[in-house]
Amino acid sequence: MRPPIRDIAVVAFGQTDHRRTTDEQSEVEMLMPVLHQVLDATGLRTSDIGFTCSGSSDYLAGRAFSFTMALDGVGAWPPISESHVEMDGAWALYEAWTKLLTGEADTALVYAYGKSSPGSVRDVLTRQLDPYYVAPLWPDSVALAALQARALIDAGDTDEPALAGVAARSRRSAESNPHAQLRGGDVPHGDYIVHPLRTGDCPPIGDGAAAVILAAGDRARELCERPAWIRGVDHRIEAHSLGVRDLTDSPSARLAAENAGAFERPVDTAELHAPFTSQEVVLRKALRLGDDVRVNPSGGALAANPVMAAGLIRIGEAAARIHRGESRRALAHATSGPCLQQNLVAVLEDSAQETR
Amino acid sequence: MTTTPRPPEVLRAPLVVEFPFTRSLGPVQSAFLSGLRDRTVLGVRTTAGEVLVPPVEYDPVTADELRDLVEVGTTGTVTTWAWNPEPRRGQPLDTPFAWVLVKLDGADTALLHALDTTGPDAVRTGQRVRVRWAEERTGAITDIACFEPDDSTPGQDRPAPHTGEFENPVTGIVAAARLDYTYGPGKAQSRYINALAEHRTVGERCPSCHKVYVPPRGACPTCGVATTDQVEVGPAGTVTTYCIVNVKAKNLDIELPYVYAHIALDGADLALHGRIAGIPYDQVRMGLRVEPVWTEGGRYPDHYRPTGEPDADYDTYKELI
Ligand SMILES: [Zn+2]
Repeated sequence: MRPPIRDIAVVAFGQTDHRRTTDEQSEVEMLMPVLHQVLDATGLRTSDIGFTCSGSSDYLAGRAFSFTMALDGVGAWPPISESHVEMDGAWALYEAWTKLLTGEADTALVYAYGKSSPGSVRDVLTRQLDPYYVAPLWPDSVALAALQARALIDAGDTDEPALAGVAARSRRSAESNPHAQLRGGDVPHGDYIVHPLRTGDCPPIGDGAAAVILAAGDRARELCERPAWIRGVDHRIEAHSLGVRDLTDSPSARLAAENAGAFERPVDTAELHAPFTSQEVVLRKALRLGDDVRVNPSGGALAANPVMAAGLIRIGEAAARIHRGESRRALAHATSGPCLQQNLVAVLEDSAQETR
Repeated sequence: MTTTPRPPEVLRAPLVVEFPFTRSLGPVQSAFLSGLRDRTVLGVRTTAGEVLVPPVEYDPVTADELRDLVEVGTTGTVTTWAWNPEPRRGQPLDTPFAWVLVKLDGADTALLHALDTTGPDAVRTGQRVRVRWAEERTGAITDIACFEPDDSTPGQDRPAPHTGEFENPVTGIVAAARLDYTYGPGKAQSRYINALAEHRTVGERCPSCHKVYVPPRGACPTCGVATTDQVEVGPAGTVTTYCIVNVKAKNLDIELPYVYAHIALDGADLALHGRIAGIPYDQVRMGLRVEPVWTEGGRYPDHYRPTGEPDADYDTYKELI
C-alpha cells in the first residue's frame, strides 16, 4: 500500500469505567468526563478542535437523533465542524482520519458512547439485520455468534475448552485494566446461553464511552510525547446474508488489514474487537496473528463491551500502549454487524514515516 | 436564588418504541414471499450458476442483476446450528429450539430458521430437515413455521425453472418491531423533573459563561463544560415566540386551535416551550407575561396562563428568541 499522504497520529485516549448500568447519568453526563480527559491530556479546548466526529446508535438509546443530545458536551455553539456515524466510533475515527488527510483540519476529536442497560441489547441488535428474511425471526446477537462458533468447531478450528481459554486469558489480562467491567481468572465460564456459547464466551452487557484526539504532523508532536502514528486504516464489508458467507473465515478483515498495511511488517500487539470468544479464533486466522503477538492486553471486548464504543476503544488501547512505550507497531480492529460482517483495521506505529 | 445540589434521585420510566415498517418488495423478494405463501420455495440463479436461497436481486459477488428464478426442495441439510434453550419474544418457537442454517435441496446457500427438536443432542451438522409450513400464511419468512427433522436422503433434484408468477402476488410486508427500554433522564434532568413536581422550576448555571439553562441537560453547549449550580427561575416568564396549532395530535385531549409558545422564564437564559391557555388563541402575542399552571397532583405544568402584568419590552427578551 501507499503510505498516507500526511502523518496523522492518535495523541490522546480516554475511556469511562465500564459498568453494567449507569442509570443515574444521561449519555452526555457519562461522556463529559471522558471528553475532558482527552482535552486536558493535550491542553486543547473544544474551540481549538478542527473537526469533531462521533459514533452512537439511536436503537440503543431508544430515541431518534439521540447523538444531538451529546453535542452539548463538545461546545457545539458557536457552530463547529461536526459529523456523526450511526456506528461504532472506530468508523467515526476513520472519517476524522480522512478529514485530516485532506488537510482541512489539523486536529480532530472522536468520541463514542453507548448505554446498553436501558434496553435489551440482544434484541436491539436484531434491528440491524435484513428486514425481509432475517429480522422477523428475531435471531439475537448471541444466537448468530453461536452459529458461527458451531461452524468453527465443526471445521476443527477450535473446541469448547479452547474457547474457555480465550475467555480466561482475556479476563486475566483485564486484571491490569482499571476500566474493565469483568476481570480476573475467577469469572465463571457459566451455563450455555445459546449452545455452544456459554456466559463466559459472551461479552458483558454494559455502558461506557470513549474519546480520542487525532492530530497531524508537528501538531501531533507538540501535543504528545510519543504519538501513535496511523500507518493505515481500511474497512470492508461482506454480504449480509449469513448463508452466503463462510462463517469460519473473515475475508473482509483480511482485506482491510492488507489495505491498512498490516502485513508489511510484523505487529507486536493486536487489539481485536471480538465480543465472542469464537470471533477471536476467526480474526487470529484472518489477520495472520502468530503466538508472539500480544492479543488484547486490555482484556478486549470480553472484559468490557460498551456497544458503539468498544471498537474505538480497541484503537485507543493500541495507541495508549504506543504512548507508554509498550508497543512499537500495533494492529487495532473493530467490527460491526452479525458474525463479523463489517471489519475495520488500523495500524499504529511509534514513529512517523519520515523518521524511519 | 442559588441552592446547593441535592443528592440525585434516580428517575426511571418504561419507554416502548414500536414501529410497523411498511416495506415494498422488488420482483425477486415478491416472488419468494408469494411462493412461501403458496408452499413453494424459490431461489435465484447467479451468473456463475449458483442457486441462492433465500434469493436476492443482485449478485453478492458480481453485483449482477439476478432474475433467473428456480424452485428448490422443501427438504434440506443443516450446515450449522445453535441450541436456544430460552426462546425470546418474537422468535419462531416458544419452546426450546435450534437455530439452523439450512441448505435446501437444489440450493447452494443456506437459509436461517428454527428447527423444532428435542434438545442439543438431537441436532447435528449434516442433519436432514424439512419445512413445516405455518397454518396461516401471508407472504412472509414466518410462513415457514420452522424446520423439523426428516429422514430423507439428500435430494438429487435439480432446481426447476420457475416464472416467479403467482396469483395475487405479495408486494409488500409490514415489519413490526417493538423494543422495550427503561429510560433514565440522568442527573440534571432528574433534578429538573423532581423540582417541577414541587411546583418549582430549576435551571442550571454554566460555571464558565454563567448562562442559566432551562431545562438543564448537564452541559453548556457553548463552553462544553458541565453545568453546576442549581438556580430557581420563574415562576413567571415572557412569551418570546409562538405558533397556533391546528392539527390534533394522537391521544391529546386539547381543543383546537391552541397555542404553543417559547417562554423565557425570569432568570433563565434559554426559552423553554409550553402551551398557552386562559386567553383566546388569537390574542397570544410576543412579550405576553405568563405563569405556569399545575393541575391537581400534576408533576409538571399543564400549561401557562397570562399573569395580567403589562407586556414585557421587546429589548428584555430579544436575545432569547
Ligand atoms: Zn457556558
